[in-house]
Amino acid sequence: MKLAILHELNAERAARRPVILVTETETGEQRLVKAADFAKDPLRAELEKQLRMGKSANVEAGGKKLFLNVYAPTAKLVIIGAVHISQALAPLARSLGYDVTVVDPRTAFASPERFPDIPLVAEWPDTALPPLNVDAYTAFVAVTHDPKIDDPALLHAFERNCFYIGALGSRKTHAKRGDRLRAQGAKESDIARIHAPIGLAIGAVSPSEIAVSIMAEITAVLRLPPKEKEEAA
Amino acid sequence: MLDRDEDILKAAEDWHKAGRGVALATVVETWGSAPRPAGSSLVINDEGTFLGSVSGGCVEGAVVTEAMDVIESGKPKMLEFGVADETAWNVGLSCGGTIRVFVEKVG
Repeated sequence: MKLAILHELNAERAARRPVILVTETETGEQRLVKAADFAKDPLRAELEKQLRMGKSANVEAGGKKLFLNVYAPTAKLVIIGAVHISQALAPLARSLGYDVTVVDPRTAFASPERFPDIPLVAEWPDTALPPLNVDAYTAFVAVTHDPKIDDPALLHAFERNCFYIGALGSRKTHAKRGDRLRAQGAKESDIARIHAPIGLAIGAVSPSEIAVSIMAEITAVLRLPPKEKEEAA
Repeated sequence: MLDRDEDILKAAEDWHKAGRGVALATVVETWGSAPRPAGSSLVINDEGTFLGSVSGGCVEGAVVTEAMDVIESGKPKMLEFGVADETAWNVGLSCGGTIRVFVEKVG
């Protein structure tokens, strides 16, 4: 691997931007393709598919054997609300490979006894969120049921273009939330991005089952191609 | 698989910067129950120090030896390990899988 490629690869990874390294396995020739450049690449379909799956793979193109090595940033999950659902959601998300952080200014909720080994930030979203570097590889879930906490957090998630945004609450609660967020300057397209009621409709009852439905929905958004994603929703 | 081997590629760059000969070994194909998925990597320097894994410990020794050649010659190599191959069985992918590992020099 040429030093320039290695250097660029490390820089992109440090910035949490996805890249794919294309290696011609016969000759060792390589090129690095940034996700932003996929659209104009001849291997576009393969690159997009492998990145979505987060999976490296061999392909043949133009009589050449190519290895596509996918470097996708580790996905993060930010949970607003150290509530009962979060106690099931945090370890489940972690077992799926997410870096999990729980934010809740209410110290009675955000206690290490309730969340052993999970990074906790017992601050208001305005203070807690900026250092977390919420980005396009972050799933964002607001489950406090308290507008004072959930609303500013959701506004932050819109700004950072999270790949998934979900909020707890019935359709009625969500309609009110929409009104409040609009009043605070949120765009219609932002509000439409919120998955609410949160989670896939699997008839979940217990906190653990709700956690499963939330992670199932996040997985679908992360992995399914755009068309099938619409059908699942 | 979500990727977590930042440190390996960072080490490749750091070791090269420090003037060492460096090779990178990457799993490019797996069959059967291989222990590490395609894309997993191992970085090796000319002192035989290595970081990461391509098989969870089964064939790293053999890969490090081959990497020394690659650092010397500068030419990339494709290695294959698996149960079908007598010598590979000797170095031992006990899990019964087969893997192909691409070894290249850095720089």
